[in-house]
Amino acid sequence: MPSATGLPQRRELTTKPRFSDKVFRGIVTTGGLSSLLLLGLIFAFLAYQGFSILKMEKFSFITGSQWQVVLNDSGAIDKANTAFGIAPMLVGTILCAIIALVVAVPVSVLAALFLTFYAPPALKRFLVAIIDLMAAFPSILFGLWGFFILMPSAEYWAKLLHKYFGWFPAFKMEVPIFTRSPFVAGVVLAIMVIPIVTSISREVFAQTPLDRVQAAYALGASRWSMIRAVVLPYGRSGVVGGAMLGLGRAMGETVAVYTVLNIVYQVNWHVLVGAGGSVASMILLKFGEAGAQEVKALMAAGLVLFLLTLIVNSIANAIVAKSGGKGR
Amino acid sequence: MTITTVKPTKPWMARPAQRLQSLGVFLAAIAISYFVVQISDFKGKLAYLTVFFLAFMVLDFIYQYLTLSKSAAKDAIARAVIAFGMAVVVFPIFSILVTVFLRGYKGLHFSLFSLDMRAASMNDPIGAGGLQHALVGTFLMVAIALVISVPLGILTALYLTEIRGRFTKPIAFLVQAMSGVPSIVAGLFILSALIYTVTRAYSGIMGSLALSILMIPTIARTSEEVLLLIPSDLREAGVALGGTQWRTVALVVVPAAKSGLVTAMILGIARVAGETAPLLLVAGGSDQTNLNPFNGPMASLPYYVWKAYSFGTAESVTRAWAGILVLLIIVLILFTTARFLSGRKG
Repeated sequence: MPSATGLPQRRELTTKPRFSDKVFRGIVTTGGLSSLLLLGLIFAFLAYQGFSILKMEKFSFITGSQWQVVLNDSGAIDKANTAFGIAPMLVGTILCAIIALVVAVPVSVLAALFLTFYAPPALKRFLVAIIDLMAAFPSILFGLWGFFILMPSAEYWAKLLHKYFGWFPAFKMEVPIFTRSPFVAGVVLAIMVIPIVTSISREVFAQTPLDRVQAAYALGASRWSMIRAVVLPYGRSGVVGGAMLGLGRAMGETVAVYTVLNIVYQVNWHVLVGAGGSVASMILLKFGEAGAQEVKALMAAGLVLFLLTLIVNSIANAIVAKSGGKGR
Repeated sequence: MTITTVKPTKPWMARPAQRLQSLGVFLAAIAISYFVVQISDFKGKLAYLTVFFLAFMVLDFIYQYLTLSKSAAKDAIARAVIAFGMAVVVFPIFSILVTVFLRGYKGLHFSLFSLDMRAASMNDPIGAGGLQHALVGTFLMVAIALVISVPLGILTALYLTEIRGRFTKPIAFLVQAMSGVPSIVAGLFILSALIYTVTRAYSGIMGSLALSILMIPTIARTSEEVLLLIPSDLREAGVALGGTQWRTVALVVVPAAKSGLVTAMILGIARVAGETAPLLLVAGGSDQTNLNPFNGPMASLPYYVWKAYSFGTAESVTRAWAGILVLLIIVLILFTTARFLSGRKG
């Protein structure tokens, strides 16, 4: 309705999104789906490249402990003698990651308790900053430091462990080689996952309801009895989740493990002996001189590693998200 | 009538006598740790620390038990154990920082930033050659990775905070899952999807793509946290003034979160700047400066360190430490900037 007085035309009121909004939502949704797309593509391509090997080996790709490529005269793969099995490396990965957690989790929980309930504010700010910084250290730095600085000490600790706890099956040694053992790799990994476990535990502990904390103090609890009665029950599941996130990180670590671990293709449960394995490091080690078929097998190993870390991380995230709300 | 002034007391504080006794316990623990290390076969700095901790714990327990009560003694033990845990966490950080600075500065010189390794070998004296090629390579690859990851990461964060559609929960879950993808798997993915099927050659751009996969989740998660901190009053005000959602986000929400989003980018850079494994797989690595990311293998700082370390001679290891020092300084600068930005916002 055009008007002579120059009033603007009456606007049509609607709840429908404008064209610009539709475009905006479309673009953002597409961008948001990128993570789905990328994860899907990673799975699809690794599975595609590794399919022929997985089909040939079936389940023995995970359970077998042989890794050898034999080509017949025409240069094709000789199926009778070729074997790809990653069991030793898988065992090594899990072993190193478990050692890492056994070392890292208690220490991290203590540190998180210190940061949340004991440290004066200024000290707390400083310590939180350097722990966050440590999480950003490049993995090759941990590798070099682990090799040159930590290894001599870790070897000495390993000797002590062997001397005093040698009756424990995992600490047995047939050959006294203490360098580059899964134990050393596990300690390096522990130092790498400490920042993750510490910061998650700290966040969970900081969420402890203040009324329960103060109720405990009002009932005459000392700081430690308060922590035991309120904080630990409340934060337990969060700590478990943080530990599993650390487990995922430890399993996927490549370069740091590669520098400190002596990779031997053999199932080895004796953590102090200088022979171990890790799927990620094995991929790096074998990649250099791998032929076409072996690269496909490495892709299949990558797929196994990808799925393993994906499962561990998903469980961890679910636990962390659900944590809190419980406790006495 | 005399006026008595009440002196303020702090009954919860330790009395001087108590302080003196605590000091005595502390000194006794030091003395015990010294003698034990002298006598037994435990040796080294860490042995002093461990024995001191054990001795202090026992002495403090006895002291608290005798002067106060059993629960105070338990509390003292817990305090000592918790402080020890903190010390164990902090110790490696300082050890790493000190080691890198002490071992790395010997390899620093001015031509480090103006020369590459085309005319020098890793075994040459430190003065020959430099890591220009590595710096240029890292800079180019990280910059391209940033160009790819920032839009995707921030769009993901916007989807999670602004659109909140049907897929919000699954995408939040997937982003977290993606941040756990091992770096070597990212490298293998680019290898299988692009290098073996399309390009059949190493190049810098492949390195950038592999780094993007690691960078996107970092940027997305940090941005999401930042955007969640923007009060919804701002969004409502934008809409109430007649803005469409697009204009509200572009003109109100994103500017309000600007410094936080920059922090997210910086943390993303810090996350990937030191990545070694994927670059070993997809970017090759060269000894000369390569400015073209689409053609030819490209070096990077972590690759340089890796190569120098693998050589294993005294000179090459010094080079490795110098490279690590440069890398660490870059990470430190990025990290401090991020802290400063996010601190200023709060």
